[in-house]
Amino acid sequence: MRKVSQKKSSSDELSVISEESCGCSVDGQSCTITSMVEAGEPAASDDKEFSRRRFLSLLGAAAGAAAVIGSGIELLSYRAYAQGLPQTNGWTGNSGVTGSGAATMASSEAPPTHQWAMVIDLSMCNGCKSCTAACQKAHYLTPDQTWIDVFTLTDAEGKTYPMPRPCMQCENPPCLHVCPVHATFRQDQGVVLVDQERCIGCRMCMAACPYQARYFNWNSNVQYPKLSVPPSPEMPVPQRLGTVGKCTFCVGNLNNGLLSECAAGCPMGAIYNGDLKTDVAVNSLGSTVKLSSFLYDNNAVTFKPEQNTHPRVWYIQGDGQDLNDNKASQSS
Amino acid sequence: MKEMEINEKALLAEDGGGKAAQTGWSAEVRRAAVAPMTGKTSTTWKLIVAVCSLFVLAGIGTWLYQLKHGLGAAGYNDQAFWAVYIVDVIAFIGVSYGGAVISAILRLTGQSWRAPLTRLAEGTALVTVAIGALYIFPHLGRPERFWEIVVFVNTSSPLFWDFIAIGTYVLATVIFFYLPLVPDMAIVNRMLGKKNRPIQYKVYNLLSLKWLGTEKQRRLLHGAMSLVALIIVPLAVSVHSVLSWAFATTSRPGWMETVFPPYFVVAALYSGTALVIVVASAFRKGYHLEKYIHTRHFVRLGYVMAAMGLVYAYLTLADLLSEGYTGITSGWIYQTVLGRWAIPFWFYVVVGEVMPIALVAVKRTRNIKGMTIASLGVVISLWIKRIVIVLPPVTQPLIGNQWGTYHFTWVSVTITLAGVAAIPLGLMLLFRVLPVLSIDEMEEMGEIGSTEQISEFTAAAEKRLAVGATNGNGHANGNVNGHSNGDAVPVTQGEVQ
Ligand code: SF4
Ligand code: SF4
Repeated sequence: MRKVSQKKSSSDELSVISEESCGCSVDGQSCTITSMVEAGEPAASDDKEFSRRRFLSLLGAAAGAAAVIGSGIELLSYRAYAQGLPQTNGWTGNSGVTGSGAATMASSEAPPTHQWAMVIDLSMCNGCKSCTAACQKAHYLTPDQTWIDVFTLTDAEGKTYPMPRPCMQCENPPCLHVCPVHATFRQDQGVVLVDQERCIGCRMCMAACPYQARYFNWNSNVQYPKLSVPPSPEMPVPQRLGTVGKCTFCVGNLNNGLLSECAAGCPMGAIYNGDLKTDVAVNSLGSTVKLSSFLYDNNAVTFKPEQNTHPRVWYIQGDGQDLNDNKASQSS
Repeated sequence: MKEMEINEKALLAEDGGGKAAQTGWSAEVRRAAVAPMTGKTSTTWKLIVAVCSLFVLAGIGTWLYQLKHGLGAAGYNDQAFWAVYIVDVIAFIGVSYGGAVISAILRLTGQSWRAPLTRLAEGTALVTVAIGALYIFPHLGRPERFWEIVVFVNTSSPLFWDFIAIGTYVLATVIFFYLPLVPDMAIVNRMLGKKNRPIQYKVYNLLSLKWLGTEKQRRLLHGAMSLVALIIVPLAVSVHSVLSWAFATTSRPGWMETVFPPYFVVAALYSGTALVIVVASAFRKGYHLEKYIHTRHFVRLGYVMAAMGLVYAYLTLADLLSEGYTGITSGWIYQTVLGRWAIPFWFYVVVGEVMPIALVAVKRTRNIKGMTIASLGVVISLWIKRIVIVLPPVTQPLIGNQWGTYHFTWVSVTITLAGVAAIPLGLMLLFRVLPVLSIDEMEEMGEIGSTEQISEFTAAAEKRLAVGATNGNGHANGNVNGHSNGDAVPVTQGEVQ
């Protein structure tokens, strides 16, 4: 399982990996793969892309020893976190429910069977913003409310590349710490949610989020269709005027064995939904990977690690891309 | 002391009788302080109150509109999520801080010249802190849930501490305003009787805590006042520091600045001193206090203001220089100094720093008019300066390079103007029911507050005491004095020094 899964054009390999991954989910939860396989046609393989990825994966394997020091430690620590083992990096984790608002949200008495995560493969993203559109459609967002937004950053050669940014579902979320009424809370699967029935609309969380990931309901003229289910923090539709909203990771979808809307909507398969517990990640093309080795082998990084937020979203960077290069990620 | 009050009462009741002359300066003070409370109001007064009320009503109406249509109506958006209303909170609470601290520091340092100014300063503090605290409501997306802050306490939120700090400070300001009023309310009741104001009379009677001016009462009052003055200074510092930490505890470049707490505190002092000057200047003219508030009051306050201005300029430089020099996260600095916020920023530099400090520095302009113009410049440009502190960092992108924009709309402008109009309105209504001068304090401090005057006053007071001892049934209008047996208590002037 050390091998990077580059299954875009090989359905045979895909099924092999799928079986393996299914074997991973020992806790009896229906494996998310079923939905993944049917989720999308494998996109036509781009040879150049493919070879570059191959190259990267080889590079990853070759640089393995060195990488253990770098991303390896990070990786080990999140694995340890997922399995409830002692932490190695000092951060003890916000395991489980945080915030009193969560009292209404504790979804199960049993220990959580999933710890949701996401991997965004920047080398695959073509900047089409299908993720944004799919998310906005599913959540009836206004054009301004880009719960997953696609930013444009600059790589080492001065070329621009697209960078999708959902809520990072931080394990140490500044938005949660500053909320005066615990309207922002972290449910037991690690997803940070907002209780719009409690939010007082102070926007302190918007000030605190280092990723610009929160979007307010500024105007009353938003039209929502009649919906059968009442709004909940997991699915805040219709949203309440004067409260804050953000990416929910589509945690309802995930728990029903479905991909998040953005992942499902991505034609390039650049967005993987992952689960730290079962150590699986899947994208819309049906690529199923072992999450830990996928991250490890691709030198995955989190965005703005200096913010000490411990995101649950990892990025795989393409050639020359450096997400945490200040000049690229912060404008002057 | 009784003798004089009865004279005053008679004087006021008969609208200008001749008996007052004998009580001299003290009677004049009383008359001047109480004059706005009695009789008919002038047309100008009515006009100003009407116009200001209109503005306030328009603001309240606009707020209701905003409640219905959302904060988007006030120009807010996701890349300008904090803007005008938080600036209003900071600016109004800031000017209040100035009034309170100026008064408290002058009290603590025993500056006797303060006496004619304290009531105005503390009244300004009271009115503006109330307005500033109220701006939290248009700032919130769902103000009707405000109570949740107390119920679902999150001690790790800066806003919880903001709430605690502002709440404590409002309370302290009320007490600080109230304490010097205790003797004054007794005086007012004795002067005005209860014939035409039975309810007010009762309330003042209650609030004056059976004040007779006994030595023990004075000692208690002075102790309490010193204590509150002592408390209110660090409290005000903490309020503005905590307010600044709502910004500085985020990781936003331009807000996460170590300089922010003193930066906010000094801005508050600076603009607060300026507003005290403006208010004193306006009421001096409008309420005919020329006799008590002199050029030297303005000049001294002007010195304080200029000193604060220099410190504030220094802190502004400190805020901008290091980050601007390294240039790492300095997009907001460029936008502030040279970019789209350059005009308001340089307006602050010229009108909020250079102009007022020059007016204080040049001897020719060191007069009431000069100080008033300087202070007006400071008050206005410091509001604008807060806009420049809030908006560039909030519109600066944290990812990519798409800057946000904030547009002032009629909603935010109307609601802000309502607060501006509420200051004169609040003060004028306040001094319709309470004396505009701190009578008791002025009497204690003497005519112009110098020590010679105090001893002169002491002698006069002793004389009055001697006369007052025989008093007890001289109530011209047959009013029952709430403290009618006070004459038996020897009133000494031991506290005067
Ligand atoms: S990305 Fe922002 S909104 Fe999401 S959990 Fe982290 S701090 Fe909160
Ligand atoms: S806007 Fe809502 S969720 Fe955000 S900090 Fe304020 S109360 Fe909490």
